Amino acid sequence: MVEAMENIASKKAQFLSNFLAKDTDVNSSLAKQEALKALENLEFPTTRDEYWKYTRVGKITSAKYSQIPSFKVSDISNYCIEGLETYRVVFVNGFFSEELSDISTNQGVSILPIAKARKENTDEIEQYFGKLSKHKTQFFSALNTVFNTNGVFVKIAKNSILEKPIHIINITNAESAAFNPRNLFVVEENAEVQIINSYETSSGSSFTNATTEIYVKEGAKVDSYILQNESDTSKQINEIDVLQESNTTYSATTITLNGGLVRNNHNIEVRGQGSETNLFGLYLTSGNQHIDNHTIVDHIEPNCESNEVYIGVMDDKSTAVFNGKVFVRSEAQKTNAYQQNKNMLLTDDASAYSKPELEIYADDVKCSHGSTTGQVDEEAIFYLRTRGVSEANARKMMICAFAHEILDNIKIEVLREMLEIQIDERFVLVESL
Amino acid sequence: MGKYTEDELEKELETQEYKYGFVTDIETEKAPIGLSEDIIRLISSKKNEPEWLLEYRLKAYSAWLKMEEPTWAHVNYPKVDFQDIYYYAAPKPKKQLDSLDEVDSELLEMYEKLGISIDEQKKLSNVAVDIVMDSVSVKTTFQDTLAKLGIIFGSFSEAVQKHPDLVKKYMGTIVPYTDNYYAALNAAVFTDGSFCYIPKGVRCPMELSTYFRINEAQTGQFERTLVVADKGSYCSYLEGCTAPQRDENQLHAAVVELIAMDDAEIKYSTVQNWYPGDKNGKGGIYNFVTKRGLCEKNAKISWTQVETGSAITWKYPSCILKGDNSVGEFYSVAVTNNYQQADTGTKMLHLGKNTKSTIISKGVSAGHSQNSYRGLVKISKNATNARNFSQCDSLLMGNKCGAHTFPYIEVDNKSAKVEHEATTSKIGEDQIFYCNQRGIDTESAIKLIVNGYAKDVLNKLPMEFAVEAQKLLAISLEGSVG
Repeated sequence: MVEAMENIASKKAQFLSNFLAKDTDVNSSLAKQEALKALENLEFPTTRDEYWKYTRVGKITSAKYSQIPSFKVSDISNYCIEGLETYRVVFVNGFFSEELSDISTNQGVSILPIAKARKENTDEIEQYFGKLSKHKTQFFSALNTVFNTNGVFVKIAKNSILEKPIHIINITNAESAAFNPRNLFVVEENAEVQIINSYETSSGSSFTNATTEIYVKEGAKVDSYILQNESDTSKQINEIDVLQESNTTYSATTITLNGGLVRNNHNIEVRGQGSETNLFGLYLTSGNQHIDNHTIVDHIEPNCESNEVYIGVMDDKSTAVFNGKVFVRSEAQKTNAYQQNKNMLLTDDASAYSKPELEIYADDVKCSHGSTTGQVDEEAIFYLRTRGVSEANARKMMICAFAHEILDNIKIEVLREMLEIQIDERFVLVESL
Repeated sequence: MGKYTEDELEKELETQEYKYGFVTDIETEKAPIGLSEDIIRLISSKKNEPEWLLEYRLKAYSAWLKMEEPTWAHVNYPKVDFQDIYYYAAPKPKKQLDSLDEVDSELLEMYEKLGISIDEQKKLSNVAVDIVMDSVSVKTTFQDTLAKLGIIFGSFSEAVQKHPDLVKKYMGTIVPYTDNYYAALNAAVFTDGSFCYIPKGVRCPMELSTYFRINEAQTGQFERTLVVADKGSYCSYLEGCTAPQRDENQLHAAVVELIAMDDAEIKYSTVQNWYPGDKNGKGGIYNFVTKRGLCEKNAKISWTQVETGSAITWKYPSCILKGDNSVGEFYSVAVTNNYQQADTGTKMLHLGKNTKSTIISKGVSAGHSQNSYRGLVKISKNATNARNFSQCDSLLMGNKCGAHTFPYIEVDNKSAKVEHEATTSKIGEDQIFYCNQRGIDTESAIKLIVNGYAKDVLNKLPMEFAVEAQKLLAISLEGSVG
């Protein structure tokens, strides 16, 4: 028994040794101190934890990583969204790349690498940093909070409406890189912003452990897109913690096109009346991929609305997990909460695990959820074939239409078109069946 | 009729006392308090059990000692002191009776209070009643009629004596003693229960029914039910419960095993109305039940439950759909009031091809109660063309109660079709307004709406039971029903 314990302890120590960066100054922040303490006590999550029931992290924790200095990336046009003008913040293997970024902003908007922001404006960062993240209870959140090296700090001043989206590009092109990006967005009263956060791996089995905290202040609007397109052997844990004040709108669309092991933890705290929360997700898995989306929408105040739709198509031997949780506290009367998960399995080796949960303590509410798992409707295929469409094409049409439901919610037109093309191209493969 | 608001209903619900709380004064034989190997040996020898059964009990006991009490359910309660319970209590043995006249008049009175007089049942409803009172079967009726068809229906201990082969063959095959904490406890200390065997191709002509009743204070009841439906047979089994008012929390850990062989069908209906505790949450029964059924080819198992009682309910009647084309159904109405807590649902495990399952769960929470649905639908890799439909609705009355849904959906086969939907809401003001408009007062309107809401499930109960179920629903939410 003691031996086993020591074994676990040494495994943890070994894993943590991957991250011991020289410049980890724990004393600089309260959250870091809390997280370090948590890291001492917390173990790797196992499938015996309800929160990690369907996702094993062994692939992440048993691998060796190295923190390598930035590889050169000369051309980033591949990673940009064609035809879309954006502010651009580029990280290569976790390191900020000044020459590839474009963050010259107008008054009222600051976009900075968080490491720089921390040096220049320590107090402001400390005011927000680690107030939302789950570093006290979640191993990977604690890991990020202690060892984060860089990320983006965005602050939009009161009443400013950003004229173009902010595009954060995380590129990994080094074998077995491991990094902990940490982002902090503060959107002040009545400000509006669109943020695209994309994760791209050209090759290798890197591990990205991202944590993002978003403060949406009274009357503000945030429109956020997370695009995950990593290699088949990459690993990613992505925690996003949002605090919504009253009369705010927070919309997030998470598109996972590729990735070996992806775990998204999206936690929304709605702490103000009259707010709206929209969470959309699309995950397309193939090979041996494992994609897990966990969401929590916590309604604390009355008169709010939340919408949640997650759609997935699973191919080959892949697995997808959806766990959505909606809390309605006893004060949160007149809440309308809606949650839906739709899965389509293309093979018998693919699996879908769905767990839409409601925990409701208020009576004057309208809450519903639904979950379906199935395959392409054969009658619809038959209908298309009677109209002269080949079976392969009919199938492709059906799958694409299924996935497009999420894309329809994307408000940036060029981005939507780009994704539509990517998805349509992907299912050309179906034709060979 | 004055204006009747939901607040008033809420108030009435809070003050609604348990109607069936009375204690019948019958001499009871008790084993010493607490649990040990000796107690298990005592129970076994009292019941004159064969050696293999004692061994089974002891194995279960040693397994139980190694287990931990589960804590994952969405319920809160003070820990049970397993050494503070009498594990055996039986009415003093009476001589064999031939007619109802010979039954203890006190007993008959008690059943009359419950509105389930054997007399009436026997004459009017054609129901065979196996009465389990404090763990020992007192009287079994209609035995002869059933015996002619080869149906074995009686108390578990009787079956152990008369049909040891059947009991030995099937007992613990569906719910092994290693299954969970309470199943292990039950396997170690069960005192009695019901046993039913329907032979090949026989359609049981009447509803089989058992009324369980916990009587002696501080007596945990551990019954064990085993229903075996052989190939092509059919039976409908009813189980109903009421208990007298007590202040100590009473523990109830039952195990029910159903086996439906090829082409067989079992319909299992439960009305549970044990003492839920008073309006301050004091007392009440802890109900930790393991119920599971196995379906072979083309078989069908249907669970219907109306849960209105118990302080804590922890219960997941499940179906293992092993055979091709087998069908599992789960219909449930769970009403919680005051400080009651219910965590209930089902598991549908699809293993065979073309298996189908339906889940309809209706929760009503009032007062300070917590009502959770927790269910699993699993489509395994070989379950081609499996189909599931689940619907879990919750109705909330007041903002001090909670309604929760925790569905687990696991699909490993592409041809599966799985649908789950759940809604949570209160009784719509416009629905009440519509009724008012048509001259229906608010009180009747609430009754109408709740009844309509639970209709899908109540309709699934056998006729004889539906009446009682509706009565219980009415009592649980009395005030709205007038």
